[in-house]
Amino acid sequence: MFKRVHLKDDFLESRLIRRRLVVSAGIVLVLIGIVVARLYVLQIVDYEHFSTLSDSNRIRIRALPPTRGLIYDRNGVVMANNLPAYRLEIVREQVEDMDETLSQLKHYIDYTDQDLERFQLLSRRRRPFESIPLRLNLNDEEVARLAVNLHKFSGVEINARLTRNYPKGSHAVHALGYVGRIDVDDLSRVDEISYAGTSHIGKLGLEKYYETELHGTVGVQQVEVNAKGRTLRVLNETPPIPGKNLHLTIDSKLQKVAEQSFGEESGALVAINPNNGEILALVSMPIFDPNLFVNGVSYENYNKLRDSPSRPLFNRALSGQYPPGSTAKPFFALAALEANVIDKDKTVTCKGFYRLPNEERKFRDWKKEGHGEMNMKNAITQSCDVYFYDLSYRLGIDKMSALLEQFGFGQKTNIDSTGERAGILPSREWKRKTEGIMWFPGETLNTGIGQGAFLVTPLQLANAIAALSLKGKRYRPRLVRSIKDNNTEELLETRVEIAGQYQLGKESNWKHIQDSMINVVHGLRGTAARINRGLKYKMAGKTGTSQVFGIAQDEEYDAETIAKNLRDHGLFISYAPAGKPRIAVAVIVENGGHGSSSAAPIARKVMDAYLMGKS
Amino acid sequence: MSLFIDSTGFSYSRRILDALRVDPVLMLMLCILSVFGLMLLYSASGSNVDLMLRQLTRLTMALVLLVVVANIPPRVLKKISIWLYMGGVILLVAVMVYGEVGKGAQRWLDLGFIRFQPSEILKLAVPMVVASYLADRILPVGWKELVVSVLLVSVPVLLIARQPDLGTAILVGSAGFFVLFLAGVRWKIILSLGVLLSLMAPLLWKVALRDYQRDRILTLLNPESDPLGSGYHIIQSKIAIGSGGVYGKGWLNGTQSQLDFIPERSTDFIFSVFGEEFGFFGSILLIFLYLIIIYRGLYIAAQSPENFGRLLAGALSLTFFVYVFVNTGMVTGLLPVVGVPLPLISYGGTSMVTLMVGFGLIMSIRSSKRYMG
Repeated sequence: MFKRVHLKDDFLESRLIRRRLVVSAGIVLVLIGIVVARLYVLQIVDYEHFSTLSDSNRIRIRALPPTRGLIYDRNGVVMANNLPAYRLEIVREQVEDMDETLSQLKHYIDYTDQDLERFQLLSRRRRPFESIPLRLNLNDEEVARLAVNLHKFSGVEINARLTRNYPKGSHAVHALGYVGRIDVDDLSRVDEISYAGTSHIGKLGLEKYYETELHGTVGVQQVEVNAKGRTLRVLNETPPIPGKNLHLTIDSKLQKVAEQSFGEESGALVAINPNNGEILALVSMPIFDPNLFVNGVSYENYNKLRDSPSRPLFNRALSGQYPPGSTAKPFFALAALEANVIDKDKTVTCKGFYRLPNEERKFRDWKKEGHGEMNMKNAITQSCDVYFYDLSYRLGIDKMSALLEQFGFGQKTNIDSTGERAGILPSREWKRKTEGIMWFPGETLNTGIGQGAFLVTPLQLANAIAALSLKGKRYRPRLVRSIKDNNTEELLETRVEIAGQYQLGKESNWKHIQDSMINVVHGLRGTAARINRGLKYKMAGKTGTSQVFGIAQDEEYDAETIAKNLRDHGLFISYAPAGKPRIAVAVIVENGGHGSSSAAPIARKVMDAYLMGKS
Repeated sequence: MSLFIDSTGFSYSRRILDALRVDPVLMLMLCILSVFGLMLLYSASGSNVDLMLRQLTRLTMALVLLVVVANIPPRVLKKISIWLYMGGVILLVAVMVYGEVGKGAQRWLDLGFIRFQPSEILKLAVPMVVASYLADRILPVGWKELVVSVLLVSVPVLLIARQPDLGTAILVGSAGFFVLFLAGVRWKIILSLGVLLSLMAPLLWKVALRDYQRDRILTLLNPESDPLGSGYHIIQSKIAIGSGGVYGKGWLNGTQSQLDFIPERSTDFIFSVFGEEFGFFGSILLIFLYLIIIYRGLYIAAQSPENFGRLLAGALSLTFFVYVFVNTGMVTGLLPVVGVPLPLISYGGTSMVTLMVGFGLIMSIRSSKRYMG
């Protein structure tokens, strides 16, 4: 019946609302308190933590690549330097549409599929916001064309970077080696931190051997970046320390003479100062332009070099292994005299061949009709094989290899470069180890004329003849004379190291060998007599011819009918002036035929240039 | 007002303010905050003067609107509230049908000459309509009033949440809730609603929330799990605030802010910039300013002569607090990322106008004839 009537009571209602307002104010205070507490934790308690995070957020460490050390010849001629070269580089993060950018760029600049391939490879391994080169070595026209249109592209940059340059091109390439772009293999060898920012590394030769010195120390730049990685300012910088300069033992002028003397021939020449092991010239022919390799050689150029039958990429001076032929004879003669198994005046009759007792097999002399009565001096002068068959038979392989080992045969010279090979000095021990079978007496005879398994490198040969000129004192050959620290201006001379010292039994034994070798050049019947015209100093030498392919017992070697690439190699070793040697030279001319006609004239030209100052 | 020294100059300006029906305390605080906001905006935008001038223009417009609204008597406001509410809801439906999509959500309505978010109207219309409905009923609210009020609140809230605009939905919903709370909804009901909500939470998680909203909540719990993705905002914001330390890095010197590490740094994340450049002391000062405004609003509500004014002024002040709390909680990693601006400081015209009109409403209530303050 009754509807309960609630009357509005403003007093009660306003009290209710006020109470609720007070409660609200309390809740507001509590919640604001929570926010303040949170701020207290973030800004005061954990301040250090967030401050560090903030710094690492905005500060990036950027590597500054050092400038590579320069290379000079012994007279201060620049052999390798660095030139600014323009590169087209792309920062991936700043490019909106990479495919579009790449195809648009094609309108202004030509890049090959290979460039693109390399670019994509580098893209995968690059650090964030690092610019990746697409094209290296832009020429002025390309730079100009691109620069005008650069505003159309975001993330595309033209950067000038110092790039290795070999001002003399192919000159002395095998001595210097070259640098190339760092590849995956290189990265596994070097410390990635010190190579951060470095794009090139020594690939061969001196450039590789002295990589540590040439490279220098990487610099570090702390830069402030925004969240997009754009550099805003440099906070602090540790500049890079440039690499050290190398001053070579090589004489560029002499090297040039040697290179030119080869003409079209392939081969190698090593000229060395016997008194300290300094390499004066180190030539391997033919030569090629290392600048091709600096910025990544094109497949086309590389294939051309690699497939060329004259194999220009092959460093014959250090890696080429050849039978020494008759150039080994003076060493064996010295061994025989020292071992006292032969009298220097005793003669052997050369009828053009030699037979071991109780054996049918004929060992032929290079001179079919024979040399007749031969003593040691004549045998060396005229390079009689039969005399040395007999000598070897008497001496035996053990004594032969023992002495030659003292002159560095069969071992690396440890020259300060890469790719050196050890050659082979045959011995019973060697044969058992490599082939597991016994030594045959016939092999002794072949070894005695520098054939058979016997292999030498031109460098080894030069170092051996240098040692012979000093009665057996052998130095470690060096290409670098001194290293200059660009930072401290300190010039550090490389150490002269004695690699071995043969203890000569009798001075007269050595004297006789030297006399015989002088006779090779200066004697009427010397095999190298043709080079003695107008010779103003006394040269000791020995020619050699090494077989490229074996001829059967009864066949004859006819230079005319044999293809050029199967013809014998011509060799010549020499030093001058005899008695007070200043230079020792070993030359090999591949398929040059006899050493007297091919190799000896080259040695003469080099010696003239060095000793007479003629070029 | 004790805050105003009674010298001739001040009393003169006070007379002007009174004539304009403007509350001097609120006005002063709003102006200080706005100046703070402009300074901060200049820094956060990377010294962009244009942006600052645009904000200044909006601020001026908003202040004019504030004065206009302050001069509308509360009884008129009470009368028009239902029309405002209905108009707002119709516009929300219109947005759903014709609205423009921006940043993955349908919020904007383009009327040709002006582009605006109808949901902003509801921020004011909802507390107004609920307050005007409850003002004439007997308090504390009974069941019938509760059901009607909840319906009035939930229709626009659900429409806004569908857009989806979780931030605004929270603001509109809480504005309506505050009116009910002040009108004396029993604690029992509030508590049981709370229990019901937490029981339904797993269901809501699956049904009501969108993927990105779920992400944001998960990110809040462990931002480091995805530092470059969804956790990036929170991590960078915390780094910015934390690295500000006690005194901050100085105006224009915040590295996190100036170097672009803070996303949305001139809008929702502007407090990170403030925390980095002005440090703990600056942040405390800012929060203190907000607190004064909130408490002044609550004081005006308490002093209002009638229920409509009490409920509306109280609810609007508390909603203002929700802005502050949700925004600072979000940038400090206490709450999930929802799009709630830092009131009066974040860049953006719509929220600035809504807020100022809201303060206009509060000032209108203060100036009503039977005001006792």
